[in-house]
Formats: sequence, C-alpha cells, structure tokens
Amino acid sequence: MMPLGFTRLDFYYLLPELIVTAGAVALLGGDVLLARGRHRLLTWVGLAFLGAAAVALAFISGREGTVAQGMYSVDGFAVFFKLLFLVAAALTILMSHRYLDVEGARPGEYYFLVLCATLGMMVMAAGVDLVTLFIGLETMAVSFYILVGYIKPSRRSNEASIKYFLLGTFSLGLLLYGMSLLYGLTGSTELRTIATTLAGGRGGPLLALAVMLLVAGMGFKIAAVPFHAWAPDVYEGAPTPITAFISVGSKAASFAMLLRIFFEGLPAFRMDGLGTIFGQPLGWTYFFYVLSIVSMTLGNLAALTQNNLKRMLAYSSIAHAGYLLIGIVAATPRGVMAALVYLMVYTFMQLGAFAIVVLMRRQDVIGDELKDLSGLSVRQPAAAVAMLIFMLSLGGIPPTAGFMGKFSLFAAAIESGYVGLAIIGVLNSAISLYYYVRVVVYMWVRREEAAAPPVVMSRALALVLIVAVAGTLVLGVYPRALFDLAQASASTLGRADQALGLLR
Amino acid sequence: MRLIWLLPLIPAAGAAVNGLAGVRWFGRAAAGAVACLAMLSAFAVALTASIALIRLPPEARAYDVTLGPWLPPIPLATAHGIGSFAAEWAFRLDPLATVMILVVTGIGLLIHVYATAYMMDEPRGGYARFFCYLNLFCAFMLLLVLASNFLVMFIGWEGVGLCSYLLIGYWYEKGSAATAGRKAFITNRIGDWGFLLGVFGVFHVFGTLDFHAVAQAVSSLPIEQSHFGELSIICLLLFIGATGKSAQIPLFVWLPDAMEGPTPVSALIHAATMVTAGVYMVGRNAVLFQHAPLVLAIIAIVGTLTALMAATIGLVQNDIKRVLAYSTVSQLGYMFLAAGVGAFAASTFHLLTHAFFKALLFLGSGAVIHAMAGEQDMQRMGGLRRFLPVTFVTMMIGALAIAGIPPLAGFFSKDEILLQAFSKNRALWALGSVTALMTAFYMFRLVALTFYGVYRGPSWPRHVPPAVGGPATLSIATAHGVRHPVDPDAHGLAHVPQHDLSHGPAHPVPIGPAAHAHEWHGPHEAPSAMTWPLMALAVGAIVCGFISIPPALGGTNALERFLEPSFGGTPAAATVEHARQPRADAEPATADQASNGREWALMLLAVTLAGAGVAAAWRLYVTRPEIPVRLAARWPGLHSLLWHKYFVDEFYGATLVRSTFASARGLWTFDARVVDGAVNGSGWMTRTVSWFSGIFDRVVVDGLVNFVGWSADEGSLVVRRGQTGLLQNYLLLIVLGVCVFLTVYLFAR
Amino acid sequence: MHFTPITPYHYLLLSAALFSVGVIGVMVRRNIIILFMSIELMFNAVNINLVAFAALYRHEVGQAFAVFVIAVAAAEAAVGLGIILAFYRNKETLNIDEMNLMKG
Repeated sequence: MMPLGFTRLDFYYLLPELIVTAGAVALLGGDVLLARGRHRLLTWVGLAFLGAAAVALAFISGREGTVAQGMYSVDGFAVFFKLLFLVAAALTILMSHRYLDVEGARPGEYYFLVLCATLGMMVMAAGVDLVTLFIGLETMAVSFYILVGYIKPSRRSNEASIKYFLLGTFSLGLLLYGMSLLYGLTGSTELRTIATTLAGGRGGPLLALAVMLLVAGMGFKIAAVPFHAWAPDVYEGAPTPITAFISVGSKAASFAMLLRIFFEGLPAFRMDGLGTIFGQPLGWTYFFYVLSIVSMTLGNLAALTQNNLKRMLAYSSIAHAGYLLIGIVAATPRGVMAALVYLMVYTFMQLGAFAIVVLMRRQDVIGDELKDLSGLSVRQPAAAVAMLIFMLSLGGIPPTAGFMGKFSLFAAAIESGYVGLAIIGVLNSAISLYYYVRVVVYMWVRREEAAAPPVVMSRALALVLIVAVAGTLVLGVYPRALFDLAQASASTLGRADQALGLLR
Repeated sequence: MRLIWLLPLIPAAGAAVNGLAGVRWFGRAAAGAVACLAMLSAFAVALTASIALIRLPPEARAYDVTLGPWLPPIPLATAHGIGSFAAEWAFRLDPLATVMILVVTGIGLLIHVYATAYMMDEPRGGYARFFCYLNLFCAFMLLLVLASNFLVMFIGWEGVGLCSYLLIGYWYEKGSAATAGRKAFITNRIGDWGFLLGVFGVFHVFGTLDFHAVAQAVSSLPIEQSHFGELSIICLLLFIGATGKSAQIPLFVWLPDAMEGPTPVSALIHAATMVTAGVYMVGRNAVLFQHAPLVLAIIAIVGTLTALMAATIGLVQNDIKRVLAYSTVSQLGYMFLAAGVGAFAASTFHLLTHAFFKALLFLGSGAVIHAMAGEQDMQRMGGLRRFLPVTFVTMMIGALAIAGIPPLAGFFSKDEILLQAFSKNRALWALGSVTALMTAFYMFRLVALTFYGVYRGPSWPRHVPPAVGGPATLSIATAHGVRHPVDPDAHGLAHVPQHDLSHGPAHPVPIGPAAHAHEWHGPHEAPSAMTWPLMALAVGAIVCGFISIPPALGGTNALERFLEPSFGGTPAAATVEHARQPRADAEPATADQASNGREWALMLLAVTLAGAGVAAAWRLYVTRPEIPVRLAARWPGLHSLLWHKYFVDEFYGATLVRSTFASARGLWTFDARVVDGAVNGSGWMTRTVSWFSGIFDRVVVDGLVNFVGWSADEGSLVVRRGQTGLLQNYLLLIVLGVCVFLTVYLFAR
Repeated sequence: MHFTPITPYHYLLLSAALFSVGVIGVMVRRNIIILFMSIELMFNAVNINLVAFAALYRHEVGQAFAVFVIAVAAAEAAVGLGIILAFYRNKETLNIDEMNLMKG
C-alpha cells in the first residue's frame, strides 16, 4: 500500500534521491561489516551509487511536474543541480581516498555523511515548499557540521566545526523566522501558492522583514558579505575535500534554494512592492545588489594579502558569491542561466584547485600555505599546469571556462541595465587576477625548500585533476552544450511565473 | 595559408614540451633545441603563408580561417537593436598580420638562438623554464596578431601580459626583478581594463566583435569631427589599453623597469612582441580610429610627448639597457604619433624597422653585458671595440639605424613619420624632430661610452696565476656569468646562504671561482650563437628600409601600398596620402614636384639633425675625455681633421639648442669657446629637463601605481583585521547586516 | 475585569520578544552551551509563530512545520553537543573566546 498522497510513479521520479539514500545506508553498513583492511573498497562503493544515481537522473530528465503533493518538483532546473551535486560528490570522494589515509580517519562514516549531504542538496534544489527546502538544508548542514569536525585530534578542525555549527544554526534561526512570517502572510508553505497569494496585494513591512531575514539566511549559506565571516575559518579548519565540497556543493545548493524561494515564491517583488528606498521602489534585487558589490569587493580585497591557500580560496569563493549574485540581480531568465553556467564552471575549477591543496597534504606537511606550492612546476609539472589552468579560470581569463561564466554573468547584467554592476565586476576580476597569479608565481618562480617531502600523485587524485581540467578547458573552448543545458534548465524555473506573466 | 592557425600552436607546443618535460628531464641543449625548433617551424609556416598571400592580387589579400565556434551566440541588446554576441576561433591573415607574424617569428627566432648561449649560466631546470616562457610569449603574441575578432585578440593580449610578468620576474631572487614584474603586471591590468571596456563598447555600438565587420559597419557612420561621441569613447578606451601594452604616457613606467629581466627577454618584449601590441591594435582598428579624429589627435599628442619625454630621460641614463628602454618608449611614441596623424602604414613601417634595430641593440647590449660579466653601467666600460669587434660593428649599425642616418632602415621609417606629421601639424613635427636629434645623441653617447675611449672596467688576470692577489681577487668578485647583472648583493658574499637555500645544493653558486667552469678573462667576444643573430639583425637593420622607399627618392612606398587594404581606403587616410602621393591620378604634376621638393627638404633637415646629435655626443663623450687638463692647449686643435669633420654639425646642434636656450650671449661666431659652451649648455639643460622628467616619472607616475598597490594592500589588511576569529564578532556582523537593511528600510524611504 | 482576547498579533509580539531574547543571548553570553540554548530560544520563537498562524488559518500546515522544526532542532542538539564535547576534550573549557585559532 502506498502512503497517503503518493503514487508508484513518485518513487520513480525520486529514484536518484533514493539511490543516494541507499548508498549512504550501504556505506554505513559496509563500515561495520567490512574487515578493517578493506575499507578502501568503500570509496568505490560510494562512487558506484553516485554513478547509479546519475543514470537514474538521466531517465527523469526532460520530465516536468511535481511529486509528493506538490512539495517536490521534477524539472530541468532540479536535474541540472542534481547533476552538479553528483559530480561534485564523486570528485570529493575521489579526493578523500588518500587524504583520509594520511589523516588516519575512518572512511565509512565519512562517505556516509558525504552522501547524506548530497541528498540534502538534491532536496534543496528540487523542493518547492518551504518545509521541503528546510529539511533539505538541514540534512546538508548537519552532515557538514560533523564532516568539518571529522578530524577529531585536530584543534583547527574542531574549532571550525563549532564555529560552523553555531553560526549555521543561528542563521537558520533567522531563515526560519523569515519563513514563518512568509507562511503567516500567505497561509501556505508552497512557493507557487505563496506567489499567487502575494501577487495581487502589496507586501507590508512584515513581508519586507521576512525578505530581509531570508536574504540574511541565504546570504549566510552562500557566504555573501556581511554574512560570510564563517567561511575563511571553516574552510581553513575543515578537511580539505570537505572544504571543496562545502565551497562548491553547499554554495550551489544554497543558490538553487535561493532561486527557488525568490523566483518561484516572490517573483512579484523583484523590483518593487516592498516599500520605497530613497524614493525608489524597493524589491529584493536591491538587497542582492548591495550584497553582490560588497561581497565581490571585500572578498577580493581580503584575498589579496592572504598567504594561506585555503583561506585565499575562501575569500575568493566569497567574491565568487558576489559574481554569482549578479545573475540573481539581473533577475531575468538569462541572468539565471548565467548563474547556472557559472555554478557548473565553478564546480570544476574550484574542486580542481582544492584537489591541488589535497595533493600537497603529505605526511607531516599540512600543505595549505602558499609557500608549500613553491617549485611545484618542477616537482609535479602536470599538477602545476592544472593549477595554472584553475587559477586562470578563477580569474576569468579566456579561453578557460571561468571567462565564459563571468562573461555570461556580466552580459546578463548589462542586458538588464546594470552596467555599473558589470563594470564593478570586471574591475574586481582584474584585482582578483593578482592573487591568482601569485599562486602561479609560487609554483613556477619560487624554488622548493630542500627538506620538503616529495609530492606523490595518487591515481584517484590524478583522475580528479583530469576531470577538473577537462571540464575547465572544454567548457571554455566549447561552452555551447553547457549554455544550452543551462538555458533549458533555467527556463523551467520560471515556468509558474511565466504563466503569471511576471518575468520576461 | 590554410595552416596559419598552426602558428600560435607551434610555439605553444614547444612551451608545453619544455614546461612539462623539459624542466625535469631535458638538458640545456635539448631544451634550447626544442624551443628554437618550434620557432623555426613557426617562421617557416609564416614565411610560406606570407608568400602565398603576396602572390594574390592586392584586393584579395585577406585570408580567413575559422576553426570552430567558441562563444555560443547570445542575443544581447545593443545600441541598434539586438546583436548576437558570438565569437569564433577565427584567424585572419592580411597584409598587416603578415608583417607582424614575420616580425614575431623571424626576430623571435633570432632571439631564441641568441638566448641559448646567453642563458648558459642558468641551472638546467631554469633554462628549460626560461625557454618555455619565451615560446609561450611568442605563441600568445601570434594569437594576438592573427585574431580576427576582439575576443581572440584579448586572449593573446592577456597572455603576453602574463608571460611578461613571468619573464621580467624571472630572476625572482632579485627583489627589484620581482617588483618590476609586479609593476608590469599592475600597469598592464589598468590598460587591459580600458581595452575590455572598449571591447564592450564596440559590441554595444556595432553588435559584433569581428574586426572586418566592425570596419565595414563603421565606414557607413559619420566621422565624429567635432563632438566626442560613442565612437570616440570606444577609441579612447581602446587607446588606454594600448598605452598600457605599448608603454605610453601615463602607463609607460613598467617598461624601463622591465630591464630587470634577462636581456633576451628585453629584446623580445621591446622589439618583436609585447609593446608592439598596442600599436598593432590601433592599426588593426584603423578605420574605427579614423572616425574619431579627436582621439587621433589625443593619440598623436600623447605619442609625441612620450617620445620627447622618454628621449630626454634617455640622455642621462648610465645603465646601458635603461638607455635602450627609454629609447623604446620614445620610438613607440613615434609610432603612435604616426597613427595619430592617420599614417597607419608609416606606423607599421616604423614598427618593422624598429623591431630589427632595437632587437639588434638589445642583443648587442646583452653581448656587452656578457663580455663585462654582468656589468651594465656604461661608465665602467669604454674602449670595448677592440675586444668585441662583431658586437661593435653590429651595434654601430643599429645605432646609425635608430638615429636615422641614411640609407639605414630607421631613416626611411622615421622620415616617413615626420613627413606625415609635417603635413598634419607643424608643432608635432617640430617636437618629433627635436626627439630625433636627441635620439641620435643618446644612442651615440651609448656607443661612445661603451666602445670608445679608454677601458674603465675592472682589470683581470692577464695569464697571471690567480694566487698573486690584487687582480686575482677582482676576478673572483666578478666571476663570469650574467646572473643578477645589477644587483650588488649578487656579487657579495652576504648573498650566498640565500642562494644556497633557494637553488638547492645542486646548483652552482654563481660566486667564487670554484663554482665556475672558467673565470673572467676580461672582455671577450660572445660565442657564435650570439654573434650570428646579431649579424643577421644588422643585415635586416640595413636593408629592411628599402622595402618602402618614398617616391621622392624614386621608390614606390611598396610596404605602404601592400598594407593599405588592412587600413581601409577611408577618407582620413586618403587626405593624408593625398598631400604627398604622386600616384594619385588627379594630382597635378607641379604640386607633385612641390611636394617632392618639400620632402627632400624635410629629409635633409632630418638627416642634419641626426648628424648633429651624433656629433654632439661625439664631442661630449669621445673627444673631451681625452683632453682633461690640456684643454686650453688643445683648443687650436679645433682644426684638426677630427674636429673639422664635425664642425658643421656642431654648428647646427649648437644653434638649435641655443634657440631654446634663452641666453643672449651674442651672435654665434666660429669661436670654439662659444660653441663649446653652447654644447655644454645644451647638455646641462637637457640634463635638467630629464632630471625633472625623471622626478615626474618617479614621484607622480610611480607614486600613482604604488598608491594603487598600497591602498589595495591596506584595504586587504583592514578587511582581514575584521576577521577576528571570535565567533561573536561574526554573529555581530550578521546581526548588523540585518540591522542595516532594517534601518535603511525604515528611515531611508 | 475585562480581558481582551488573545489575537495572532499577541503571539507575534511574544515570538518577536522571544526571538530577540535569543539573539541577544547568543551575542552576549560566553558559554557555548548557553549560546546553543539561546539559539534554541530562537527556534521556539519560530515555532510559536508557526503554530499561531496555523491557528489563524485553521489548518495544520504550520503545526506540521513546527513539528519538523522541533525534530530538526533535536537532531542539531545531538550533533551540536557532540561537537561541543569534542571541543571541551581538546580545550578543557567552554568559553567561546578561547576559540580563536584561526583568524585573518
């Protein structure tokens, strides 16, 4: 017998999530059942489940509709993000393979939590109901709280975990309060019902307050200034593969959730309806406009003099949140498309960069300082070239994918009339290039310290680097497929709104 | 011609091989061979493609190769409806690009060959790394010149910036080199910003980024004769980009500092590649710029001022490479002057000739530095022509060429520019002529200080066993090698530990006799891998002017006619050409003769000025040091052959300088005292002027650049200080963020 | 005596007050456990909101939401206390100001 309100078809549409869940459970079981020496098998078990989920995803792509009584949507937008999460999770697991050995940590629970976090992200991208989104967010966040503190003897890991936990819960409080107000104003938690209920009337001050709290809560998750402060500390303290996963997966999932809430739930208040500001109508794009500029500028500024590679990448990821918000501010299908493109591109280059940091972690060497990279071009030329490509891509130099992403974002901003924002973005990417090239200088120009232990590339890590480099270059030289996919996905997000005629 | 897309790829492949495998496994010979082979094959491809292009009829001389789509077309709103923002991997070979690829591959090849010998003292890995950068540099430059749209060009544009940063900072242990690299990078980024905004503007106005399409679209628009419209804004932004790359006021500061790189790099940056990018870009968009006469005027003025200012600075520099660096800035100013008066062909012509003689001069100076074991100060050279005959002769040719002495290359191209400037604006021409005078002066000052006079450098053991002391200790201090040329620390023992640390024990420390294969046995001629490129370039510096002999001398301006299709036969170009071209059919024969006459007069004047400059330099730096005490006694010797030979020239030099020097010391006689005083006075005045320019350079421009860097650093620290590590401060930040939103919402209605 | 009926407005005020107490508590206290309890106060403010609105609209969506919030808060408490315990083992203190290994 089916649960109330469910059909057999619902399970078919939820198959990717179910497979990931099954994988998580299997990993936990394997951790208990497998002999101590065979735990390395778990890596491949996890990968197999992620691959199976990707296959299941392929079957449901192209479908549109909602399941579970309209709480969960199956559309191109969700499929796009789920694909991204699966790729990111697979690369994270590959990266962790040897890293966990070096740290002496158990892989079973670790992979279980990675898959749980992936599951949470998938729910965040697909939820069209405040409750679903909240559950997804928490599934992801709680998994990450534990993962960040996974290296128990490490004081840094511990401190990062506690900071992430307290700040994350606090920001969740803000977000939930905003959600409760939204529910109070509309009497529904379904985003599409919220949109239709609010479409007629103007929102009062309560709606404005709710929007502010939602912006703060989501701003925290995407690490936008001034809600960013957790990011550098957590990035530094967390195990490096987890840092990579947080900076890519968590950010992408939060952007998906943000897009869902604001484009499906509050499309009418894009430009006005929340009151006035300096005589101008106030809409939620205004908040993101401010966050975008501040995040880009402060993120890049702080990264300029940073000598710890992980912290530098943290500040850089704060700046990237700013770039991504440009697409949100543009608030057009093209803006959303640009954000989607950028998130996909960002996945490859950011994960690749962190894979290099993972590579530098050896016995007795933490390897997250810039100077640890000295002379990498001699010790591991291939890794150095890969890092060069990631850095150029993060800096937005053609013909890498990063250029394509930035370019589409700025183009979307100009098209929507935010020329100033685009100029600030271009200026910022000019500044950012300085610290990205600094990394390159360390790898090529500095000599290694004589005593440094050798850098050994494992096969799994090599695979990560190959995938990341391929993604960064192919999407830069031939970005068409990605653009088409992103466009198709972005168009499904605005569907309900287009029916209401609120979005162009 | 179908294979032109291979051109950037061949050096890139060479770079990849050297960068990936060479750094680890290649010996010096293998790394050098790979790099040179890559350049050689690139040169061969360039040559065949050029010959194929020249065989075509003039109107068909453009060849497009599209490799495939890059940016998917994105419909975007532009000024005139919806444009499709798309870019392809597209390359175009046209006359302008032909000239450029030949310069880049040809001169690049010679520099590569030269560098194989020059960099011999580098450790093995560093050697391969160096050639990896060199190849990469050429690859990006070729991409830049072959691009058929702005975005592909932008890749090359950024790429050469990156490579210049890596190459200038190649000797990274040297603080000044690292700083110079950073300075080049920051300055270039400012320019790139302008360039990128210009590209956005181009798309906004024309809805396309293809050079050809833009040129066609712009020819139907009216010329912005008196107002500063959108075309002018675009051109101005693009020109800001060009000032960054081509080292014009106000962004020229990085170029002299770029001397910190190894000499072959300086030659490559200054002659064949990077700095020509700006000039090339302006030429590539000639049609666009011709529709913005106000910007052209700005370009001409900036170019002229840069030329003048850099020349004055060059007068008093003592570092041999620094003189050449300022000379490059000055010559680039000439090119922009030409572009500014609409003579894009003349600009490209000068680019070509300049590439030859400047590469020659730089490589020659490298040979001198090599001979002097890293010494760059000209005051510690002198009399080297006995030791370095080949270098001396070739550098002499280079100096004559840059000074504009006929029939060397520089004469034709510089004359062409001055002629075009004369027909457009007399003031620009006058300033350009003064600069020409100074150019001749400082170049021969360089030659005189280096090759003439008495040897002033350190002594060396003349086949005396090193145990004797005295000279031997000197030889230890100046062990053979070109690393760290101007860094005093490099020769001091204090530097040793740091070296040891950074190079690893395997690398020979460049100090101390034991570490070196051979000691310095005094100035000596460079190995043949260095002299052959010098000779080849010298031949080029002699003959390459003949490819475009002006009609007044019975030539046909072959190069200019070859290049014409690239610049579009637009009205502005036509009027300039109109004034002087005999083959314009409507031109009456008398006017033709008149213009010929004027051209002759200008030429004569230019040559005279050049000669005057040479003579003045001779007088001050060769002749005078020989008469320190017996000055009064020697004055009758004024009539000696040497003096007499240059007497007339000095006469001109003195008058010209005197006219600017407002001292009424009576009419000029043939009194040697007066002439002498005037020459000295002119020397003093130019010294003062250049001192002020130097101050300006250091205080204002450097200050600006440093301020940008400083404020970024400070801002960074302020932001990072906010990251206290204390959880509750982070919480406070979040709450404050919400509160700011609330306050603004409640009170700023 | 005359009592005014309790309206959703009153619930909102109560919840806002509770929320503020929570926020201020998080900001001024130093003990990590108390910080965490203050955050729980914020969640409870949210729950009051949700339940009050559910009563207003006379349906159970808000109540269901509140139940989810409580469940998640419990999960967070379990994880959070584990993390705090690990911190305590490493540092032997619960003072939040001792936690500044990473900054800048």
